Amino acid sequence: MVWNSFSDFLAMGGYGLYVWGSVGATALLMMLEPIIIARRNSALTTQLQRQFRAERNQHTQRRSPA
Amino acid sequence: MLALLKTVVARDLRLAMRRQADIVSALFFFIIVVSLFPLGVGPEADLLRRLAPGVLWVAALLATMLSLPRLFADDFRDGTLEQLALGPQPLAVAVFGKTLAHWLSSGLPLTLLSPLIGAQFDLPADAVWMLVLALLIGTPALSAIGAIGAALTLGLRGGGVLLSLLVLPLYIPVLIFGAGAVDATAGGLGAQAHLSVLGALSLAGLFFAPWATAAALRVALE
Amino acid sequence: MNNRLLNWFKFASPQSFFPLAGKMIPGFWALAVIFGVAGLYLGFFVAPTDAQQGEGYRIIFLHVPAAWMSMFIYLVMAFWAAIGLIYKTRLSGMMASALAPTGAMFTFLALWTGAFWGKPMWGAWWVWDARLTSELILFFLYIGFIALQAAIDDPRRADKAGAILALVGVVNIPIIYFSVKWWNTLHQGASVSLTKAPSMAQTMLLAMLLCALAFWMYSVAVALMRVRGIILERERNSEWVKQQVTMAAAGR
Repeated sequence: MVWNSFSDFLAMGGYGLYVWGSVGATALLMMLEPIIIARRNSALTTQLQRQFRAERNQHTQRRSPA
Repeated sequence: MLALLKTVVARDLRLAMRRQADIVSALFFFIIVVSLFPLGVGPEADLLRRLAPGVLWVAALLATMLSLPRLFADDFRDGTLEQLALGPQPLAVAVFGKTLAHWLSSGLPLTLLSPLIGAQFDLPADAVWMLVLALLIGTPALSAIGAIGAALTLGLRGGGVLLSLLVLPLYIPVLIFGAGAVDATAGGLGAQAHLSVLGALSLAGLFFAPWATAAALRVALE
Repeated sequence: MNNRLLNWFKFASPQSFFPLAGKMIPGFWALAVIFGVAGLYLGFFVAPTDAQQGEGYRIIFLHVPAAWMSMFIYLVMAFWAAIGLIYKTRLSGMMASALAPTGAMFTFLALWTGAFWGKPMWGAWWVWDARLTSELILFFLYIGFIALQAAIDDPRRADKAGAILALVGVVNIPIIYFSVKWWNTLHQGASVSLTKAPSMAQTMLLAMLLCALAFWMYSVAVALMRVRGIILERERNSEWVKQQVTMAAAGR
């Protein structure tokens, strides 16, 4: 372990802004990207589900005109 | 094959001559862009002399871009391109001819005009000649690489902007060695190496790019 | 050999790849997390302070892997593009389009972390150093690829046009890199290099490799997620998507 205290760790020997600026941007983007994709995929899935359900309903209605 | 090449070049040149206004507009675009720089950075002769090679080359890249969207668009619309693609000769040969015609109607006039602009920027005489030589050797590569972008964006909305997005990064080597040749001459160094690389880029571009362009055209024609 | 080829083509169909990708994603996520935690622990808690660059050098544990991935992903993209053009497999084109945004993101991260490293070391956020400049151009190439595919409505044409552009790009990257390097040596020599720490300690190298592995696994996981979305979108009118989607709805 190279750090004496937590504040030492945060300070990064005076390079805190630069090191944490890099880490922060990397972490942010690498978390955002999968979240955005997962959201888009599930939105697409629900949209397709709705579409298929509507198609099926139409189909059954047309089949039984009674 | 040679006959096809000749026909395509002659036909495209004839069409270009019928639309001289386009060529003249591109040339004036070149002149205006270059003239904006002294207004932007100030009229100090030393500074301008330093900037001239880069500014001239960047303006040449941009001016070449202007005429690229037209390269295949008309032939695409009237079905000529389809005829060429269905013909017995490789499409790449026709593309090579169109590339040559494009260079003759855009790169060559630019090259011929460049000494005037060089004089405006107070370049020494040997640097001006080097500029002409470098443009003469380097601009064919611009037409060849640009043709790939023109084929890829054929018939797309926003094609012009997209085209520059695709093509300008690929122009960087030509820019570096073209401007570098003039820089080296102005600094009293030899530009032999620069010119050799520039020539290699143009030859490689003229040889390989038509194949990629032809492939892209076939995709667009499907 | 023949058997393997058969398998390969079986999974090359979107229909069988879709569930397979779904099964593989959690595994790649787990690997990414394990490698990432190990790499960051080594890099931020075990690796000693650099004699020349102090603690600021720790940025390389993110920067170098991001830069590697940005180049590697372009190569993989071009590889899938070539496969798609030669064998006309639909999935390869989808893989190429799924990889591009992740590659662009890593290129951006390499530039960003490079700037944050450059500010204390060079005294400027941006230096026209050969590596940074090439990375910037690579970013432009990614943007061009994404923009071209976004502008084409027909997915088959988008795949093929993107593939041609990716291959043209991959041929040009070495040319661009060497011309930028030549340009850079003529104009100025960069003093400190980002990767050439004078004596790279074993732990530093190991941490960097672990982080690179983590980024790699992350890229695979994210690309698979994205390719699943692309498959759904493109095959939305096929029977198997209908089944898959209604099954998922019933399971929920």
